[in-house]
Amino acid sequence: MILVIDVYDFSGLTQAIDKSLKAVMSPGWATFAEYVIIGLIFLIFYAILGLFLVYAERKVCAFIQNRLGPNRVGPLGIFQTIADLIKLLMKELVPIKNADKLLFNIAPFIVIIASFMAIASIPFARGLQALDFNIGVFYIVAVSSLGVVGILLAGWSSNSKYSLIGAMRSGAQVISYELSVGLSLLTVVVFAGTMQLSEIIESQANGWWIFKGHVPALTAFIVFLIASTAETNRGPFDLAEAESELTAGFHTEYSGIRFAFFFLAEFMNMFIVASLATTVFLGGWMPLHFGTGGVFNRIMDFIPPVVWFFVKTGIVIYIMMWFKWTFPRLRIDQLLTLEWKYLLPINLFNITLVAFLTLMGWHF
Amino acid sequence: MDQAALKQHFEEILPGLTFPENKQYPEVIVPVDKLRAFCDHLKNSQELLFDYLMCLTAVDWNDHFMVVYHLSSTIYHHTVVVKTRIGNRENPAVDTLSDIWKTAEFHEREVYDLFGISFINHPDMKRLFLEDDYGFPLRKDFTDESRMIVK
Amino acid sequence: MQDEVVKNIILGEDDNYIINVGPQHPSTHGVLRFEVSLQGETIKKVIPHCGYIHRGIEKMSERLTYPQIIHLTDRMDYLSAHMNNEAVCLCVEKALEVEVPERVLYIRTILNELNRIASHQLWWCAMGMDLGALTTFFYGLRDREKILDIFEESFGTRLIQSVNTPGGLMQDIHPGFQKRITEFIKYFRKKLPEYDQLLTGNVIFRERTEGIAIMTREDAVQYGVTGPSGRASGLSCDIRKIAPYGAYPRVSFKEVLRTEGDTLARYKVRIEEMYESMKILEQLTDNIPLGDYTAKMKAVIRLPAGEFYQRVETARGELGVYIVSDGNKTPYRIKFRAPNFSNLFVISKLAVGYKIADLIAISGSLDLVIPDIDR
Repeated sequence: MILVIDVYDFSGLTQAIDKSLKAVMSPGWATFAEYVIIGLIFLIFYAILGLFLVYAERKVCAFIQNRLGPNRVGPLGIFQTIADLIKLLMKELVPIKNADKLLFNIAPFIVIIASFMAIASIPFARGLQALDFNIGVFYIVAVSSLGVVGILLAGWSSNSKYSLIGAMRSGAQVISYELSVGLSLLTVVVFAGTMQLSEIIESQANGWWIFKGHVPALTAFIVFLIASTAETNRGPFDLAEAESELTAGFHTEYSGIRFAFFFLAEFMNMFIVASLATTVFLGGWMPLHFGTGGVFNRIMDFIPPVVWFFVKTGIVIYIMMWFKWTFPRLRIDQLLTLEWKYLLPINLFNITLVAFLTLMGWHF
Repeated sequence: MDQAALKQHFEEILPGLTFPENKQYPEVIVPVDKLRAFCDHLKNSQELLFDYLMCLTAVDWNDHFMVVYHLSSTIYHHTVVVKTRIGNRENPAVDTLSDIWKTAEFHEREVYDLFGISFINHPDMKRLFLEDDYGFPLRKDFTDESRMIVK
Repeated sequence: MQDEVVKNIILGEDDNYIINVGPQHPSTHGVLRFEVSLQGETIKKVIPHCGYIHRGIEKMSERLTYPQIIHLTDRMDYLSAHMNNEAVCLCVEKALEVEVPERVLYIRTILNELNRIASHQLWWCAMGMDLGALTTFFYGLRDREKILDIFEESFGTRLIQSVNTPGGLMQDIHPGFQKRITEFIKYFRKKLPEYDQLLTGNVIFRERTEGIAIMTREDAVQYGVTGPSGRASGLSCDIRKIAPYGAYPRVSFKEVLRTEGDTLARYKVRIEEMYESMKILEQLTDNIPLGDYTAKMKAVIRLPAGEFYQRVETARGELGVYIVSDGNKTPYRIKFRAPNFSNLFVISKLAVGYKIADLIAISGSLDLVIPDIDR
């Protein structure tokens, strides 16, 4: 029994647009027009969200460090990122001698394309999801691991020792932590019985999996947070671009718009990972329900699902930013030890526990 | 050990040393060829145990160089100043002490860089601060072409 | 021929990968170049190349009078500038057998300890930043600003005080000096435990520093490593205890010694030294005797012919000033035995077998200030 008020269901809107397009042109062209519209919307959304996230990071970082952050450009400094973007666009693209030109130019695009493909399948509200595969979770994990190809290409083609070391470190790190990401997501997949993202959210209509799945879901959530921070080269795991050791690692030799791509892709990866955590563990756009029916649930339903989604994602992003600016950095061998000796066994044990609980029906 | 006892001990090891006047630390001038054996004894003898080389430098006295070693003991806390006199101005050379005190390796490179005194058997006799064709600035007959020190 | 040259630059002997850390690098805190020979991520050899900031202070000093030399010594180890000044002043005063007033002794010692705390604070925040905890940089500098405000009020300058002269000080302290120091100590005593929790207790930090680069006492003595780096290996080398000067004989403080000798020990020694410095300040600040701030000296200072050596404990180790005088108003030869010069070269022994990330942690824990190495 679904208790979300139907006014917030976007499938009505999308069906209406589809019908009106098919009335005007042939079905093939209508589909093509829809692709173009969705592509444009996502491009704009991506760019605006990127700008906003960069601003948020700078403000959060500043407040943790006991200072104010950007506060001159625009009211409260909200146009700071736009000013930075204009500056980056005007910078000279320094060509590197002896660099592999094709790979050097392709690398930033690969990273952006990988994160773009992953964003397309995030559910923002009921009916507001571009790609709704029945292998949703699997698709996102597979596609975001394409980003590592871009990083390796960037490091290799820069023809610089620092970049190469940074890229190799990053490659080892990302490949190791993909395991933990996949396995921790698997716990909720076993609970919900499906990999399709919209189905997983619908199954949380009587409570979020982090509450319903008690111990194993909580463990999986924590492991997922750690592993995904390492996947996106952020936080205490950012030695691939460790400023104080390797002067920017794999993207040392990039300048101007190409550097902007790497920078933007890092923030959008953080968003993707946070929204994946929200979708799978915290209910996505589903409001906070306890059981079915009841006054509390009806009150919660009044807040639009889109708002729920962004607030939850925002909180997860804030947690990730918080521990980037608090902890020192791990060394590469400590990082790999963390994955292979600690997170992986915890994950395997967790999955066995989840399978057992699901069989017994010992979850809410 | 106090000053007098140290001087007496040095006389016993190596007779014929000169002891210049110094109010602060006992000073002894050792001939260049006996320097290594003397310093070896200073480091390893149980009563002396001069294991800490505080300072290694050289002074240019216009007709000779004087290489000065300030030695101290971390156990007994006595200090001594050992000097050797190098008369040769074209090719000044003295034995290295870098295998007795490891820190001497780098102080000797600095002395070579600034004075031109080379140290025999040094593991890596290269200049430390300046370029290879700079000359030896701390010598008194060094002409400063850029005339930064004008008087 | 071109390929030969290229091969020698990229691959050293034994076909190891050579990487240059520096001279411009965010972590070396000065211009210093490490030529690191790597096998994968493991360091096989580290060769430090210094000399990028060699200014010839010793040669310049041969043409300057003694009060003028003091202003050059500021620029050697600029974070313990006052202690460098004091070393030259003490050497000159010892040679001339001048008795400085009590007030001068107390003020000089107080300034020493304030400089030591400021220097250790800067070291702490830079070390955190090198290891990736970028927030510590701002917290450390915030506290250091309070000390710099005290200096600015009394002497007009922040980093380098330049207030020493042979015979005493060039000017007296501001009337609010003592009050501000007491306020600062009260403020700082609350902050240090907080920083301990933030960085020292952090699991990641401990993993990065515990057991890394152990320096034995034997190594410390052989390489002449003094100061907190030496004391972390159990070498008792505090000049304030061995050959006290200034007001140090009148205060009681502990010499902080540890025996582990790893990076964490060097870190902890400096944190504890800050506590000891505050203890010294508390004993001295309220008891500054009234009197002259300088002894009566001749207008032109000529040292008698002879040789004089003075040892002083700066924030990084033992500074030695060796003056050879021939009776003129300028020294015949002046030599500065710089603590950082000896502390630097022990890296080629300590870093072997560890990773690049550890090299940054090790050089941060040795607390090198590069202008002191090159003078």
